[in-house]
Amino acid sequence: MKIGPLLAHLRELEKALAAELRAAAERHRDEHDVYHQCHTFALAADKRVQRLEPLAGRYDRRSEWTTAVGDGSDDLLLELRTLYLRAQEVATTWTMAAQAAKALRDRDLLTLATECQPEPEVQAKWFTTRIKVGAPQAMVLG
Amino acid sequence: MDENADGPVEEWVQSACVLCSHGCALDIGVRDGRIVGVRGRGGDRVNRGRLGPKGLYGWQANNSPDRLLHPLVRRDGELQEASWDEAMSLVAERSRELLATKGGGALGFYTSGQLFIEDYYTLALIARGGIGTNHLDGNTRLCTATAGQSLKETFGCDGQPGGVHDIEYCDTILHVGINTAETQTVLWMHELDRLRGPDPPRSIVIDPRETESAREAEVHLAIKPGTNLAVLNGLAQQLIANDRIDSEFVNRHTIGFDALEQTVSEYTPERVAEICGVAAGDVRRAAEILGAAEHLLTFVLQGVYQSHQATASACAATNINLLRGMIGKPGSGILQMNGQPTAQNTRETGCNGDLPAFRNWQNETHVAELAELWNVEPLQIPHWGPPTHAMEIFRYAEQGSIEFLWVSGTNPAVSLPELHRIRSILSRDGLFLVVSDAFLTETARLADVVLPAAIWGEKTGTFTNTDRTVHLSEQAVGPPGETRPDMEIFLDYARRLDLRDKDGQPLVKWSTPEECFEAWKECTRGRPCDYTGLSYDKLRGGSGIQWPCNDEAPEGTERLYADLMFPTFPEICEDYGHDLQTGATSSEAEFKALSPQGRAILKAAEWTPPHEWARDEYPFTLTTGRSVYHFHTRTKTGRAPELQAAAPDAWVELCAADAERLGVADGDLLRVSSPRGTVEVPARIGQLREGVVFVPFHYGYWDTGDDAGPDGRPRAANELTMTIWDPVSKQPQLKTAAVKVERVT
Repeated sequence: MKIGPLLAHLRELEKALAAELRAAAERHRDEHDVYHQCHTFALAADKRVQRLEPLAGRYDRRSEWTTAVGDGSDDLLLELRTLYLRAQEVATTWTMAAQAAKALRDRDLLTLATECQPEPEVQAKWFTTRIKVGAPQAMVLG
Repeated sequence: MDENADGPVEEWVQSACVLCSHGCALDIGVRDGRIVGVRGRGGDRVNRGRLGPKGLYGWQANNSPDRLLHPLVRRDGELQEASWDEAMSLVAERSRELLATKGGGALGFYTSGQLFIEDYYTLALIARGGIGTNHLDGNTRLCTATAGQSLKETFGCDGQPGGVHDIEYCDTILHVGINTAETQTVLWMHELDRLRGPDPPRSIVIDPRETESAREAEVHLAIKPGTNLAVLNGLAQQLIANDRIDSEFVNRHTIGFDALEQTVSEYTPERVAEICGVAAGDVRRAAEILGAAEHLLTFVLQGVYQSHQATASACAATNINLLRGMIGKPGSGILQMNGQPTAQNTRETGCNGDLPAFRNWQNETHVAELAELWNVEPLQIPHWGPPTHAMEIFRYAEQGSIEFLWVSGTNPAVSLPELHRIRSILSRDGLFLVVSDAFLTETARLADVVLPAAIWGEKTGTFTNTDRTVHLSEQAVGPPGETRPDMEIFLDYARRLDLRDKDGQPLVKWSTPEECFEAWKECTRGRPCDYTGLSYDKLRGGSGIQWPCNDEAPEGTERLYADLMFPTFPEICEDYGHDLQTGATSSEAEFKALSPQGRAILKAAEWTPPHEWARDEYPFTLTTGRSVYHFHTRTKTGRAPELQAAAPDAWVELCAADAERLGVADGDLLRVSSPRGTVEVPARIGQLREGVVFVPFHYGYWDTGDDAGPDGRPRAANELTMTIWDPVSKQPQLKTAAVKVERVT
């Protein structure tokens, strides 16, 4: 059974997302909306890690997958694209956890995963929104 | 009839007031070719002859001796007089150069909430259809972007649901972040007629300050700044928990109730009390009053729009009426107010980050309609993303990708947040700054070219107040000196750039205001803001008329949505909506999947703490706002002697307990500092929450001797505010910043 390793992996992914968001916020602090939004998103990721903690203890906690914190980019659009991918990765991993929870009849995990999954997905959607707004100016006049 | 004239009047000329969003109808008194006074128009639906202090005295600014009378251009670092031809040649030359080498995206336009429909629509066509830039916004971004955006989120389209006469029929008024006693005095008189008359409505005020409006209220919820959404969620929670909702209305005419119920369920009075710093009992009382209302009228303004979670909170206020089924009927409605007199038109004409006549930039059919109307290729009109909002325009100017910025009729060097940053952007070497204004404002002093504008009373045009009432304002006197109306300045610009349509004909096909108004009517045909039933002749002589005004409603429309059919159809709506928490945009497919089909959309979001909360080093929360005697940055009101004398200088208001703790007496000079700047202003002990201070935002430096910035004593509230905006409406957040307060010794 791989649910334990999956949850451990999810924690690491969430932590990587939070770290990348904070680093991105500081790198692009003159982009005021990005700065504030990334910090807000990072706090939300912290909360998801906290909520995962008690449940992770139910299962084997060894992660079988490695998660590296990315370097980010000084280029705003590339940075946003990377964050989009990471947020999407986190959202999809929550979907995997929700599916596993159904098969395991683990109601607590199912509730948690169902509640947590939409958040990184909306964050990913925000990154798309911001990329769409910023790309024309940056690519044509940057 | 309210009247104020300096001596006898030879002729009265029809107009309306341009000093707040109420837009009172008035006549301008003329003698010897000079404006000498005003009087209210008794037959007008909006004000019935009444005028407020700004309206009665503000006209004197037109005659001010320091009007700009000639164009100025910067030579050897100094602004010097020039001919129109020299000034406009410079403007056109720089524009052409940038268009040829960089494209339309290198040019930006930042306009006003003070111009007329004809000025705005001309600018919208030139910028969007001619130059093809997406960078056109108005100072209405600071004023009522959230009003428009929240209406789009809930009803699919901008458009004020209620009308001012709903005051006469309501039994309950909910004021959220609005102090009508100072923002819209004639509306306040109208309210007082009811509040002090027989069978008065019950009034609730949500405001951190004990304002005049709050003193008249049955319940005043003096919440901490930055907690609007929590208290509004709490009121919805109580209405649902106590079964005070109109379930039939909610089921038939709205979508989203289940998600709303879930979101607000945790906002019990006790939790709200903890977040907002108010008594749980008061939240319950307010909810009981709302729950007992049969005709609920809700007013919302800057306390919501310029605050944290602005759009989510404005939607939450509208939700209360929808939960109670109180919309579209006499006395039951919503006024998401405007601030400025012509802000509505900035929004309608496409100068405030929308396409003209509430068209949806994501809807290819809407863009094609506009392209056909303008006879340009659809791709010429930028619609690859939402039109660039003001704060982003300034960011592009900061980065250098916008190299030409034309500011018309507004003063960002005083009104935008974090002024040291704004001044440095406007002074940037690589930025060619054009300013058209009636006076040498703080912004104009930083310009490369200054164009002297003819203003209200000196030109003819139309504008629309906060309840959709359109007024005609006739030219009463000739433009002073060499001044020109903004529309004429823009027409000259279009000619010099030789802007053409796709058949090689001149792009702008009008030369007079009336011809422009006729073109604007065509642009609105079939849209929710339909003007096709109006004309200059129809607006002459009688009362202002509310849009939509067309074949079906030839005398205009008192209130929208009387048929409970909302414009949430994908082919009609102005916007497909956003996630209120983040501002992520929804696609056409997502909107269609939601399938509101004429039902209103109940949108809810969790309260989150503001980005800057009072803390150890900066223990106070700053909120900014207006004085009844001034408008915007005092460009006009500061030049009306009575208004200037009534409120000559900025101040900082704090409560008695805080004053005592700091050892401060009334009138002591205080230094208020945030991480971004400092002001030094005298103290005024007032009625507001402990830990909160208030500074009016009107005061800059044009009359203090400081050239364009605070070299002497800084006093502009926006020295302190932070660069942050609502993720949905993009309205800057000017009402919450952490500050410290010290005595200047």
